[in-house]
Amino acid sequence: MYDMLALYEAKDVQDAVRLRLEHPEAQIIAGGTDVLVQMREGKRAGKALISIQKCDEMRGVSIDAEENIRIGSLTSFTHITNDPIIQKYINVLGEAVDMVGGPQIRNAGTIGGNTCNGVTSADSASTLHAWEAIVEITGKNGVRRIPIKEFYLKAGTVDLKVEDGEIQTAILIPKASYDRTWGHYIKYAMRNAMDIATLGTSVNARLSPDGKSFERVRIAFGVAGPVPMRAVSAEAFINGKAVTLANIEEFGRKVLEDINPRDSWRASKAFRSHIAVESAKRCLIESVKLAGGEL
Amino acid sequence: MSEVGKRQVRVDAYDKATGRTKYYEDLMPQDALYVRIKHADIAHGIVKSIDTSAAEQIDGVVKVLTCFDVPDIAFPTAGHPWSMDPGHQDVADRYLLNRHVRYWGDDVAVVIAENEVAAMQGVRALKVEYEELPFVLDVQKAMEDGAPQLHEKFPHNILKHTDIRKGDYQSAIQEPGLIKVEGWYDTPTVQHCHIENHGCFAYEENGRIVVVASTQIPHIIRRVVGQALGRPWADIRIVKPYIGGGFGNKQDALYEPLCAWCTTQVGGRCVRIDCSREETFVSNRVRHAIRFHIISWLRKDGTFAARKVECYSNQGAYASHGHSIVAKAMGSFPQHYPCDNMECDAWTVFTNRPAAGAMRGYGMPQASFADEANVDECAKAVGMDPLAFRMQNIMPQGYEDGFSHNVNYYDSYRECLEAGRKYIDYDRKVAEYAKDTGPIRRGIGVATFWYNTAVYPISLETSSNRMLLNLDGTVTMQCGETEIGQGADTAYAQMTADVLGLKSYKDVHVVSCQDTDITPTGLGAYASRQTYVAGFSIRKTGLLLKEKILAYAQELTRQAPYNMDIVGGNIVRVTDGKVLMSLSELAMTAQYNPVHSEHITAESTYTIQNNAYSFGCTFVDVEVDIPMCKVTLKNMINVHDCGKLINPALAEAQVHGGMSMAIGYGMGEQLLFDEKTGKPLNNNLLDYKLSTVMDHPHLEAQFIENAEPTSAFGTKALGEPPACSGAPAIRNAIYNATGVTIDQNPMNPHILFKRFSEEGLIKD
Repeated sequence: MYDMLALYEAKDVQDAVRLRLEHPEAQIIAGGTDVLVQMREGKRAGKALISIQKCDEMRGVSIDAEENIRIGSLTSFTHITNDPIIQKYINVLGEAVDMVGGPQIRNAGTIGGNTCNGVTSADSASTLHAWEAIVEITGKNGVRRIPIKEFYLKAGTVDLKVEDGEIQTAILIPKASYDRTWGHYIKYAMRNAMDIATLGTSVNARLSPDGKSFERVRIAFGVAGPVPMRAVSAEAFINGKAVTLANIEEFGRKVLEDINPRDSWRASKAFRSHIAVESAKRCLIESVKLAGGEL
Repeated sequence: MSEVGKRQVRVDAYDKATGRTKYYEDLMPQDALYVRIKHADIAHGIVKSIDTSAAEQIDGVVKVLTCFDVPDIAFPTAGHPWSMDPGHQDVADRYLLNRHVRYWGDDVAVVIAENEVAAMQGVRALKVEYEELPFVLDVQKAMEDGAPQLHEKFPHNILKHTDIRKGDYQSAIQEPGLIKVEGWYDTPTVQHCHIENHGCFAYEENGRIVVVASTQIPHIIRRVVGQALGRPWADIRIVKPYIGGGFGNKQDALYEPLCAWCTTQVGGRCVRIDCSREETFVSNRVRHAIRFHIISWLRKDGTFAARKVECYSNQGAYASHGHSIVAKAMGSFPQHYPCDNMECDAWTVFTNRPAAGAMRGYGMPQASFADEANVDECAKAVGMDPLAFRMQNIMPQGYEDGFSHNVNYYDSYRECLEAGRKYIDYDRKVAEYAKDTGPIRRGIGVATFWYNTAVYPISLETSSNRMLLNLDGTVTMQCGETEIGQGADTAYAQMTADVLGLKSYKDVHVVSCQDTDITPTGLGAYASRQTYVAGFSIRKTGLLLKEKILAYAQELTRQAPYNMDIVGGNIVRVTDGKVLMSLSELAMTAQYNPVHSEHITAESTYTIQNNAYSFGCTFVDVEVDIPMCKVTLKNMINVHDCGKLINPALAEAQVHGGMSMAIGYGMGEQLLFDEKTGKPLNNNLLDYKLSTVMDHPHLEAQFIENAEPTSAFGTKALGEPPACSGAPAIRNAIYNATGVTIDQNPMNPHILFKRFSEEGLIKD
């Protein structure tokens, strides 16, 4: 039994915007795999909820007219993992979200909820950062699009304006981002399922046509700071360099110039930093292999 | 014909698989009131006042009760049989609600409400004023002068200290040329994590209190509830339906006494207490964290000259099972590796942590971790292979313990070790893995344990049993040794069918539910005792019933009883094998006989004065990814000598579950506390790293079936033994792979990172 003040069910996106304007105190609920847990813990006890479960236009993966991969915010993790578009162009995202919780959570949990939570450990977040995803937001003034980096304001807070009735409606991956690009994700956790990331590392690489040098490498971490973050020094170092193990080693060391993990009872800063270096190297080696490069 | 020894399907399998099995919540009256508990949010202090006014205003709240309202009766909670000797009774240190708060999570008040939301809102609305006291979490710090005191009667927080002295340790260590191997070994506070959280409901009926509870020990709970409420024990009726596991947590009075008292405060209306997972971690029971200090003195030939063992057991805030656990752990050392000169000491010490009670293994997983870690060091110190060292030094065939009079009748240890060695391909792999020098290294580890079956001679060991011949020729059987998911009912059905000569174990209806108004008195499920102890009363009662059946058959067939037997559910003349009549025909005739009507039943009690050693070992094959600080288990085997198997399929399942528990103990599980506040940090299944099926390798279960001579069916303990030796085997495998000793569990990536950095395997 949940301590819930009221439940409003939106028929479609416009209805959801209307409900949000009418009930600014209410909490949006999609899959419920975080909201209901928090409500049970007492953190959101007594709140009203706006369910967007029936907004079917927010569900599914497609390629739009501009050749963006468009992932509706209500799309479940299981759907993303099994979607042919994802598998063809950005398989690493499907792999990353396949590491969330267990099968039941992945059937219910949505990529929109995963990002709107604003938490650094979300399994989708580092990959979306590494692939420079665009977040689509719909409100009373229409649709706006912002880079995912700007969507995350601080730990637990994302750029959604309640006073404008805004909700996140889709996540887009531009063609320039996914074209000729392969990536790998390492979820470092204390067990092999049903866990939260101690550190999430997502790397992708585009090699030169001859496969000998790095044309573009991007790397993002979860839990290396208060919000998911790119390791820009490491990227700047490796771009244009030859595909060699020595360069990959140095790329790994460089991430320490970028990241800022904290000491907590869940893991020490020293441990997270050590794992970040090792994971960065292993992810890049794997990305090179996927991109057809040789080491 | 024998049903014993067959891989029979569990008697409750179909109902459990289809969700029809009734647990306490399925039996709940719809109008039950919700009792929710206000837990202290300080680690140590005195409750000065509780402001209940806001809570009482909440719509749906029926009553608020606090630590100032409860009876002034301290009671013990441990699920031990009552002892007529006051010196052997458990420590009574609990109140239904406590004014002296001794750990973060102690119970200080309850809100009783019409629904759960109102009850929780009421709990959040209570304002508790405390006088805070300093607290202590570490076992040895709690023993120091000036440490915060938890209980007046126990100076230095020492609940109890006992020792074992054998030979002359001080003289023995003077022997020239001895090699000293010394270590400190730390085991963590962990929780049972059974699937069904503890809960219960209670109501009054005809001036008595009925409690339906998720418990392992209904008859013992009746006594504790009576004590806690100051009521005659027969005023209390406990009903125990199916439960979703217990692992020892429910071998303790948890919230049954509080629930029983709450119903008396609301006019006998039904009240329910349902623990959340978060509460289960903190406010039920946990496993004792025990710290060991071991000094072994070895001769060059790898034999022990002398050993010294100190055990510091962290009891937490309340006595519960108390010193019994570490006493058992300490007692394992002199028997595991017999040595002529030993000095062992054990202390049980109160700290401001959750109360530690019984948990599967009862001190042995802790002792096995420390002993087997030290033994691997000993082997290395004298240049011996760890397996060869164990073969040389472990308890020999014919060994008899002077206290329990348990005997190692066979060479069980070595037989188990040989089976494990063969399965894991020990010799070849140890040689091959020694060549690994890169970032990924492989290793093999081995560890052993022994375990007592049941609790004789420390406590009473008795079992009662009732059997009734039904009109269709089947038999209904009842006993107080509870089904808690381990499969006891199925084993009982198989044993009963065999004693009585029934066609199938399906012809036995085991009454799974215990009701203290009806069920013959038994002690419950603990100490790996059920199959062994109930076996005696099943055999005794079965033989009594058979005698009565054959006596009636004599009336009907005019044959001498000694010329008759029951075979396949029929009365058979043994002299020529002629089937005289079916059991159904006999039962019907007996029931409806106009001149001599009889319902044929038997009931008896069997009290044992013996016990049995159970033995076993674990071998594990690991791969260590040094830079990633990760251990992957590649293969794992447990070999057990638990005597004859009643049901091999159930025995394997028991071993698989225990191995899983050992993996969690070895690799991930640990309840953490904030050093600054004493608050538990990870009392949920996300942050508490219980292992998942994705963390398990293939789990191989093998058995050496040496029939136990003292046993009614040749069987002995298997409930707890599978959880004992897994963690030290993993520890020793990591040692074998990397040369790095890890003398604390769980061996998670944090501790691997620390140790690999210290030993220079990781250089940042």
